[in-house]
Amino acid sequence: MHESLDDLTAAYMADRGFPIDVRIPSDLRYIERVVEIVTRTCVALSFSARACNLLVPVALTEALSNAIIYGNQEDVTKAVRVRALIIERALVLEVVDEGIGFEFDSCLHDPTDPLHLDREDGRGLFLMTRLMDRVERFSDGGNVVRLTLRQS
Amino acid sequence: MSFAIKKQGEVCIVDVEGQLIVGNRQELKQKVLDEIERGERKFLVDFSQTGYIDSSGLGVLVSLSKKIREAGGALRLANLNDDLKTLFELTKLDTLFQIASNRDEALRSL
Repeated sequence: MHESLDDLTAAYMADRGFPIDVRIPSDLRYIERVVEIVTRTCVALSFSARACNLLVPVALTEALSNAIIYGNQEDVTKAVRVRALIIERALVLEVVDEGIGFEFDSCLHDPTDPLHLDREDGRGLFLMTRLMDRVERFSDGGNVVRLTLRQS
Repeated sequence: MSFAIKKQGEVCIVDVEGQLIVGNRQELKQKVLDEIERGERKFLVDFSQTGYIDSSGLGVLVSLSKKIREAGGALRLANLNDDLKTLFELTKLDTLFQIASNRDEALRSL
């Protein structure tokens, strides 16, 4: 694997708490490692078990896989940047890719519709909106998806 | 993360250890499809050792459910913790799958 996400660097950043700011190549194999860094820090900051075991890892995995697959077309020469910080007792995650972006509302479908229930795809954005308190998409030097989770 | 498959009677038991996500879903899919190809028809996926599942992981379970059904077989899911149950409930996939609370209950229903 590419060495841009060096284990020592990741451990150092996690030990120092937020903010986290890492860049990874557009390779799905990096997702678990990035999620682990963020959730480990959430644990250290006393986020709930539900936030650490479900809300953050699943929502962040969705944002990362969308950035890698759709944003950067799995081109490993393109980077995905992940920033995480705490603002007013809320975890704010930003996943930035080099793609052209997408219209959030037009891509968001209801996978619980009986007509769509047996589809293999189409649950990623839906899960993000259900697991996070806020999901935003905008352009800021790249295509940004921002996830916000309040610390309960 | 790994997917261990072992046979108990007529049932193929799949243990999902770690995460079931976009980066490894194809491995699970291929292993189960290989078992279907070999003639296996009854499957139990055990999540007692599972961390989290993303939408791709849920999607591959939906896909396998269809493949197993088309082959005339049956699929049961077992040992979902509260967080995993939440995922199935949010997506209403709890209405699509037959979910047992534990392995014995799942085996009895197959």
